[in-house]
Amino acid sequence: MRKPNLPGAGASIRHTSWMSEVPPPPHRRRAHTSTRDLQRYAGLFAARTGVMRSSAMRDLMAITARPEVISLAGGLPDTSTFPPQSFAAQMTRIAQESAAEALQYGPTEGFEETKDCILEVMGAEGMLPDPDDMIVTTGGQQAIDLVCKTLVDPGDVVICEAPTYPGAVPVFCSYQADVIQVECDEDGMRIDELEALLERLRGEGRRPKFVYSVPSFQNPAGVTMSLPRRQRLVELARQWELLVVEDNPYGLLRYGGEPLPPLYQLDGGDFVIYIGTLSKILSPGIRLGWAVAPPPVLEKIVLGKQAADLCTSTLTQYFVREYFGEGRWRQYIDDLVEIYRRRRDVMLEALAEHFPAAATWTEPEGGLFIWATLPEYIDTGDLLAKALRADVAFVPGQAAYIDERGRNSMRLNFSGVDEGEIREGIRRIGRVIAEQIELYGALTGEDVAAAPERTQQDENVVPFRKAGEAG
Amino acid sequence: MRVAVLKGGRSLERGVSLRSGARVEDALERLGHELLALDVGADLVRRLSAERPDVAFVAMHGVGGEDGTAQELLELLGIPFTGPGVAACARCMDKVLAKHAIREAGLPTPDWFAFNQTAFKELGAADALGRLEQGLGFPLVVKPSRGGSSLGVKFAAGPGEVPGALVAAFSYDERVLLERFVDGRELAVSVLGEETLPVVEAIPAAGDRYDFEARYEIGRTSFVCPAELSPAEREAVTEVALASYRALGCSGFARVDLILAPDGPQVLEANAIPGLTDTSLLPQAAEAAGMSFEQLVERILDLALKPAAA
Repeated sequence: MRKPNLPGAGASIRHTSWMSEVPPPPHRRRAHTSTRDLQRYAGLFAARTGVMRSSAMRDLMAITARPEVISLAGGLPDTSTFPPQSFAAQMTRIAQESAAEALQYGPTEGFEETKDCILEVMGAEGMLPDPDDMIVTTGGQQAIDLVCKTLVDPGDVVICEAPTYPGAVPVFCSYQADVIQVECDEDGMRIDELEALLERLRGEGRRPKFVYSVPSFQNPAGVTMSLPRRQRLVELARQWELLVVEDNPYGLLRYGGEPLPPLYQLDGGDFVIYIGTLSKILSPGIRLGWAVAPPPVLEKIVLGKQAADLCTSTLTQYFVREYFGEGRWRQYIDDLVEIYRRRRDVMLEALAEHFPAAATWTEPEGGLFIWATLPEYIDTGDLLAKALRADVAFVPGQAAYIDERGRNSMRLNFSGVDEGEIREGIRRIGRVIAEQIELYGALTGEDVAAAPERTQQDENVVPFRKAGEAG
Repeated sequence: MRVAVLKGGRSLERGVSLRSGARVEDALERLGHELLALDVGADLVRRLSAERPDVAFVAMHGVGGEDGTAQELLELLGIPFTGPGVAACARCMDKVLAKHAIREAGLPTPDWFAFNQTAFKELGAADALGRLEQGLGFPLVVKPSRGGSSLGVKFAAGPGEVPGALVAAFSYDERVLLERFVDGRELAVSVLGEETLPVVEAIPAAGDRYDFEARYEIGRTSFVCPAELSPAEREAVTEVALASYRALGCSGFARVDLILAPDGPQVLEANAIPGLTDTSLLPQAAEAAGMSFEQLVERILDLALKPAAA
């Protein structure tokens, strides 16, 4: 008899007792939907749901939550670094001193005190916006949604980077935007390609509504837009009278190199909508982000926000006020930067040691992500299945593209797991890649080296083709 | 009755299995059964031994749950379980074994060649690829032998696409098959006990292949049930499906997927534990036969407890 091989070490049991031991609620879930119901609902769906994409490989990602899996797939900051005693003291002060106010609605634009905190954060990167141009949002994600709600009609052109923030893709799609992606290289979005695209669109009589960019330590590619490109981008925005949406969640998480001015600062806020968030420098759980926009645009965004959720959590805003009031927020970011810098370095070392010669990856100066690209015959969606059997996960690159590109790339997160796990995770991924490369060699007779042959780690750090290069 | 629902586990189809399981649990509660929901893990045997359920409803999909592993343990523990037995599960899970069984029973299934990694890495099977491609023609379909839900299934339009498709398929299993592509209507015949339910036809949205994502997402593939078939077509399809079900040794229930080509049906595979989610085909077929989901679940339990009732 075959020896039973039980799956699921460490998997949890959701219900631990016979349900009859406690009086069951009449119905735990709604009655199941019948096929006919499904068809009825489908008849009611808005056209936009037809283009709403489920995030790629959703079911496979469900497995990454298993405790034995080292997940380099997340985009999580390490909130365990926030001292619980500070959190307790801050929330206690709110409860004792302003319980009624903190539990009440607030203004749609956000509290002035919250904006003061945001001004400090933006000031740290050299920006001095007018607080009247600002709206506090429920995370940066809502700011992206509100910008689209304000600007995008079905079929409108939205331009973004290739690859782009995977979380922006479903937002653009839900507003039925015609998304066009412009290639990135190690200096960020190819502005020459953007110009060519703008010319082409003009020829077609189409005017894009905005260009969405994460110029610093981009999610997912980890690259940073160079100063000349930043300058050229804001020039183009002015010249073509189109908006640039600058999404800057990671700007203060810089681990090397010189800080670059945000697009907002270069432009002065005429054609740049700035989106910020406290998710990566304080907490993603509090859902606090913001947008700064030219007054006419902001006015519409405020109306959109009012319709969406009336106001950003008052409790969150009181917490933020308390936290910034203590005056230690810069120190906390400095601490995070130290931790993340080490984790980035460990991941880069591990990549050099364990990834095959045929792979390349970016070397980010900040942020949370490294973007690795494999030989084109390896589909990282399929590779993930194999990696999961080795108890390691990453985000397949396709999630960052509207089209079929990115299938041989992957996003690797270094902020959410400790250094030992990063080393082991990269070792495991390197091993499954090496196996696939060896197999491809056997299939095609091509001589493909599976093992890294060099010791110089810099040689692999050639993320994208250089500007001006053919191909 | 005390019913244990086995779901989840480590399979790649964990997500689907959790949805199937949740829906079955819901129906069982509605039917007034006592419920033990088990996300299958290392303590499965201990839990089952301690709780001694009257019957186990296996709602697991993919390797580990649908391949006979869990069923073997249930047999060992003497707990009756839903769906096919150990041997049938093992045969259905492995497409190569299933195709052999189907062909040996004289039933139609598209031509194929199967290889494991060793054949390519150590025996130079790549040198035979050209001959094999000539035999099957293009496009051809490359599949991992074990695994469901179209995971890792690729079409290769020409010789240049074969190595990449093989690398992808080998991500899911040690053995892959290259199969002749048969153009036709995609049909699924669910068998309950010894009866076939109304045939479901899957019609992918324009431009969508019948892929993993489309199969589980409302609106990406439309399903017609009962499929519009002539009486002769329906008879041919259900006959082949039922014969395949028997050839594979299935009992309780299973779903047979086939292509209806101009010259008749071709069996692709059988699913020992078909999905029971909102968009799954077995519940749709049962509904078309006038059976509510609760009735379907009750019938599946009956078949597990009284196999003779089939």
